[in-house]
Amino acid sequence: MTTTAATTATSTPARTAPPGGAAPTTMAQAINRALRDAMAADDAVHVLGEDVGALGGVFRVTDGLTAEFGEERCTDTPLAEAGILGTAAGMAMYGLRPVVEMQFDAFAYPAFEQLVSHVARMRNRTRGSLPMPLTIRIPYGGGIGGVEHHSDSSEAYYMATPGLHVVTPATAADAYGMLRQAIASDDPVLFLEPKRLYWSKETLDLSSPPACDPLGRAVVRRTGTAATLITYGPSLPVCLEAAEAAREEGWELEVLDLRTLVPFDDETVCAAVRRTGRAVVVHEASGFAGPGAEIAARVTERCFHHLQAPVLRVTGFDIPYPPPMLEKHHLPGVDRVLDAVARLQWESDYTEGGAR
Amino acid sequence: MSVLEQTPGRDESGARPTPPTAGWRPRTDPAPLLPDETPVRLIGTGARLDKRRKELWRELYRGLVRGRRYNRQATALTRQGRLAVYPSSTGQEACEVAAALALGERDWLFPSYRDTLAVVARGVDPVEALTLLRGDWHTGYDPRATRVAPLSTPLATQLPHAVGLAHAARLRGDDVVALAMVGDGGTSEGDFHEALNFAAVWRAPVVFLVQNNGFAISVPLAKQTAAPSIAHKAVGYGVAGRLVDGNDAPAVHQVLSEAVARARSGGGPTLVEALTYRVEAHTNADDATRYRTEDEVAPWLGHDPVTLLEAELRQRKLLTDGEAERIAEEAEAMAADLRSRMNADPVLDPAELFAHVYAEPTPQLREQAALLRAELAAEAGEAEPARATGPAPAARRASGRDDRAGDRRQDHQERAA
Repeated sequence: MTTTAATTATSTPARTAPPGGAAPTTMAQAINRALRDAMAADDAVHVLGEDVGALGGVFRVTDGLTAEFGEERCTDTPLAEAGILGTAAGMAMYGLRPVVEMQFDAFAYPAFEQLVSHVARMRNRTRGSLPMPLTIRIPYGGGIGGVEHHSDSSEAYYMATPGLHVVTPATAADAYGMLRQAIASDDPVLFLEPKRLYWSKETLDLSSPPACDPLGRAVVRRTGTAATLITYGPSLPVCLEAAEAAREEGWELEVLDLRTLVPFDDETVCAAVRRTGRAVVVHEASGFAGPGAEIAARVTERCFHHLQAPVLRVTGFDIPYPPPMLEKHHLPGVDRVLDAVARLQWESDYTEGGAR
Repeated sequence: MSVLEQTPGRDESGARPTPPTAGWRPRTDPAPLLPDETPVRLIGTGARLDKRRKELWRELYRGLVRGRRYNRQATALTRQGRLAVYPSSTGQEACEVAAALALGERDWLFPSYRDTLAVVARGVDPVEALTLLRGDWHTGYDPRATRVAPLSTPLATQLPHAVGLAHAARLRGDDVVALAMVGDGGTSEGDFHEALNFAAVWRAPVVFLVQNNGFAISVPLAKQTAAPSIAHKAVGYGVAGRLVDGNDAPAVHQVLSEAVARARSGGGPTLVEALTYRVEAHTNADDATRYRTEDEVAPWLGHDPVTLLEAELRQRKLLTDGEAERIAEEAEAMAADLRSRMNADPVLDPAELFAHVYAEPTPQLREQAALLRAELAAEAGEAEPARATGPAPAARRASGRDDRAGDRRQDHQERAA
């Protein structure tokens, strides 16, 4: 399929939020605006992927980019993920700053060798001569009723690969700011977009986007004293809801949004856990050898003497991602989070000497 | 553009609509993309040479002699434990040298692990070209400065890089061609397919050189592909396929130069299959007697790229005994220099393990670098503040590990023997 600037944009561009002034903005719109602004600011930024041109991406995240910047800047590639990432690596070797879209989490796997064997290692292999200023956007996670291969949480694979940054926003404002920083980064960044939050709205003025912390910083989304829920991406709204519900049980829960998984923000996480003395890690990815395993280990190693209970995990089951009609049983929900909070050995606070 | 060219209208009676497939034609004429029936040869054809080509053939010969000597030296260094492993290009020197000489200064070379000779022929210091195989780092030369990509160990994965780099250069309006090297085994990999497809769709200025040396470690070409030839694979992508005698250095140079010129002028990519032979085993760690006989190798020893070109030059009175001697001496000097420099232990800096993983080391890598530093300091008998806080036992273990690293070199020597 050949696209030209004249025949694109079949739907209203997502970026056309009201000019100036705050307005309800979806995460998809914020990401679209970040791409547009990055491309306008730096002509080395190129967007590559499947259906990113005339269609604007299956989630419309790249809507309008080909119309505005032309096919050479926002390019519909052949349908081959290893080829997309491999050629993007070559473009980065020449000094461009490619932003690659993998259409869905599970469709990124063909690119795994290029990612692990080259993108993640090229700077190290060449002692800094060939950095890889690449951004790899991957819509990930479940909760949208997707059939098989459309709902994976694949972050653990990427976290286990030295040389990559792995980030995942949970708000529209963060999505904008973090994507701009990911594109500006001289290292490869896996930018994981929680696809069930694409349409979540918040009031934002994208013509003057709010300042964003540098990548690598977690943020406390809700303060509390009883326990810390450590989460990221699609599970943040679940944890915030759980924290609200927990007030009725008499627990003031703190909710920490990691935002960046690699490099891990030990400082902010440990400070939070030391304040509350209890922690639950919540994510959609499978629990066994999942992100929560690393997080629980790190917290335990660093905060052992502050902990009143073992660090617990609420995660997806260790099963292939379920069919859409069963996914609600798999995804960590408010009740499962509250059950874990209830198991944080609260009796140890008031048990008087010699209980065991 | 649709694969099916639609031809609207009705048949003469007006009753039945013409099916959209009625006007179908191939989108491009496949005939010009097909390779010749026989591989291109120049040696022994009596081709007329102008002054420039005479000089080029002599330059190729000089490269072949140095290349053969380089291969012998690298193999010897492996036996002596100075290289961890060496995949030799003995017998394939024509492809290696011609590839390097076919490129202009601003062009890029994308070698595989068997192509250190091409890297050297491109002008990279042999010691730096061998860094990966010596094992003191993964790449010894600066790819940006030399316009030589790192040696690629995973098969065919360097091909999409070449396509992307060439495409990027074209988008920037720069006159840059990328030449990517791969073996016959590598053409079975998915990345070979994806690279050719992307290159064709983007009309990227890339040349793919497949050295068909007969074997992927032990597996012969017949088990690798049922294609009429590897060069024939090109037509499926809309890419020109060319077949050349890979031991005829002037022919390889000519075919590659034409492909480079075509790419440079916007004519798109070319796939060149060079028929050659891996005279030695896959590497020093391989035993070729398990999968091929000496009878199979013999005809290729009689079709050796160095002796072929030497005989041709002597017959054409383009090479005197004196010149041949001088070229041999020059190659000997290169080998002696390589030998003496490789016999010196490389200077290793363990701290560098953490230096290039990211633009800025992460806090976690800083911690780990400090741990290693403390271990090394303890090992060296220095008192470091960090030692008091715990890493001393680990440091003792690390020292044990280093002893075992010494044993490993012995292992290599034994396996090579």
